[in-house]
Amino acid sequence: MDQNSVSNDQARFDQIIDAEEKIEPRDWMPEKYRLNLIRQISQHAHSEVVGQLPEGNWIGRAPTLRRKATLLAKVQDEAGHGLYLYSAAETLGESREKMMDDLLSGKAKYATIFNYPTLTWADVGAIGWLVDGAAIVNQISLCQTSYGPYARAMVRICKEESFHMRQGFEIMQVLSNGSHAQKSMAQDALNRWWWPTLMMFGPHDSDSAHSQQSMKWKIKRQSNDELRQKFVDQTVEQAKHLGLTIPDEDLKWNSERSHYEFGAIDWDEFQRVVKGGGLCNRGRLHARRRADEEGGWVRDALIAYEEKRCKKDTGEAA
Amino acid sequence: MNLLPLWEVFIRTRRGLDHKHIGSLHAADGAQALQAARDTYTRRQEGVSIWVVEASKIHASQFEDNASFFEPAEDKVYRHPTFYDVPDELNL
Ligand SMILES: [Fe+2]
Ligand SMILES: [Fe+2]
Repeated sequence: MDQNSVSNDQARFDQIIDAEEKIEPRDWMPEKYRLNLIRQISQHAHSEVVGQLPEGNWIGRAPTLRRKATLLAKVQDEAGHGLYLYSAAETLGESREKMMDDLLSGKAKYATIFNYPTLTWADVGAIGWLVDGAAIVNQISLCQTSYGPYARAMVRICKEESFHMRQGFEIMQVLSNGSHAQKSMAQDALNRWWWPTLMMFGPHDSDSAHSQQSMKWKIKRQSNDELRQKFVDQTVEQAKHLGLTIPDEDLKWNSERSHYEFGAIDWDEFQRVVKGGGLCNRGRLHARRRADEEGGWVRDALIAYEEKRCKKDTGEAA
Repeated sequence: MNLLPLWEVFIRTRRGLDHKHIGSLHAADGAQALQAARDTYTRRQEGVSIWVVEASKIHASQFEDNASFFEPAEDKVYRHPTFYDVPDELNL
């Protein structure tokens, strides 16, 4: 390809981005745009898949049949979200096999929040309320992302997420209005999940060179700090309704900015957990590897069956 | 990891509507692809009919060829109703 046609392609690409139109799978795109998307979408997919584990831990111990059915449906949704996102990444030429290998080898990242343990039933409530709540803020913004298949996956996911957050809030509500022990269990869950949830939005804008380029390409539509602020503002009000206290002494309303100000995030802890120092990093990967190994015979059987069927078909035709 | 072939999934959400592409999945054969599509894409009654097509069987136009491929339609404005000069008041 000569220099001229590359710059024509680039101009077309820029035009589409400027016009708020979507880039589609077979379109020309800068290689870095493609790689950036693969990284973001596959990490997102891994997060959905690994995110099943903390809650899966409580399916067998859910307090009522209603809660159990709900939790099963939610965890099944997260598996679906992983699938939507893996297929979006595959449209960029990344193979499912490679993504799976990267997850299982520990090379790929997923949201650090899922390396924290679910110690009590209230954690299931806190995850739905806070973690899914934060995910929704991020995902609503991503519905406007510039890559078509990613945007469409986000729209589908957002439709399903709202029940995730509501069921979590409902659990917190019941506990908050329950016995003293139940209320303190809810408060304890909030205390443990609050800060890791704020970290889900990623580093501060000033420390995030990555996201500048993503914003230019309209892969990301709002900055990490903007999204985090939006989440804090809405969640503080919800905590008040529950009668629970956000574990941040610096939290206060700023009437000039019309936003809540909040305390400093412990980025050292974030880095420590990213690098494998969380309580559950090893357990999560171990569980994924075991699932892959134990499910291997099913995939082998499916392929063997299909091969046999094909042989029989051609045998009969001959 | 043993990889199963890729299938594209199309769903009719309501009677009277077209099947629309919704996403893709991996499956060994058509029957299995249909079941997986049901579990993945219609958990909340989003469909009344599903088509699955093996992705490798789809022929698609290439972006690089767009200019020449779609060019023949470019200068045929007479294919549009607004090309014709007729009295407005008749609401033709
Ligand atoms: Fe999800
Ligand atoms: Fe969710």
